[in-house]
Amino acid sequence: MAEAETLSLVLFSGTDDRLEAAAVLAAGAAAMGRKVNLFLQYWALDAFRKDAIRKDHGVSAEAGPEGAALLRKARETSGQHWVDVLEQARAIGDVSINACALSMQHFELALEDLDPMVDGVTGVAAFMGEATGPITFI
Amino acid sequence: MSTREIARTIDARGMACPGPLMSLIGAIREGAVGDVIEVLSSDEGSKTDIPAWIKKASHELVEVVEEDGFACFVVRKAR
Repeated sequence: MAEAETLSLVLFSGTDDRLEAAAVLAAGAAAMGRKVNLFLQYWALDAFRKDAIRKDHGVSAEAGPEGAALLRKARETSGQHWVDVLEQARAIGDVSINACALSMQHFELALEDLDPMVDGVTGVAAFMGEATGPITFI
Repeated sequence: MSTREIARTIDARGMACPGPLMSLIGAIREGAVGDVIEVLSSDEGSKTDIPAWIKKASHELVEVVEEDGFACFVVRKAR
């Protein structure tokens, strides 16, 4: 069987809805045997601070107050946090999560400030070297 | 339900997509070849995801039983 194409996601947005969407995509790809390559930039990187990863990061502006309430209710019902989904993805597949070196510099972060799920800090060229297929920007 | 021996039952009802599939994958990994595992799921996504994963991972979907508000997926670990 030909090797399935890598799923390469750039996570830019740090709101919980977008992070959850990304985590679900990563889990599905990992389940189906695809390598997953996540690159954390800007507000997504900020959301991976170890002291704040499970805090409320809000939702996209397009949600509006009604959408935000709907998502809050959905989370309470399922009890599922996107962090858990990502951890499951890592448990079942080949999922690497790297922080963008430039964003680390902007936010004055070191690797030890981030959740242990983050494998390392890489430059953009290293990410591109791994991302042999299309890249999705969330 | 027939008389086949169920090695493990996972009650994933109430879990959101892709939770039930993730639980199944974990159970299959922990189980022995030939084990029959059943997953109860109320997640609509499971109806496509569990068969797709079983096909990809070369296990056997023994049957899917539709119950009231959930489905029961009976899976045999084939390798």
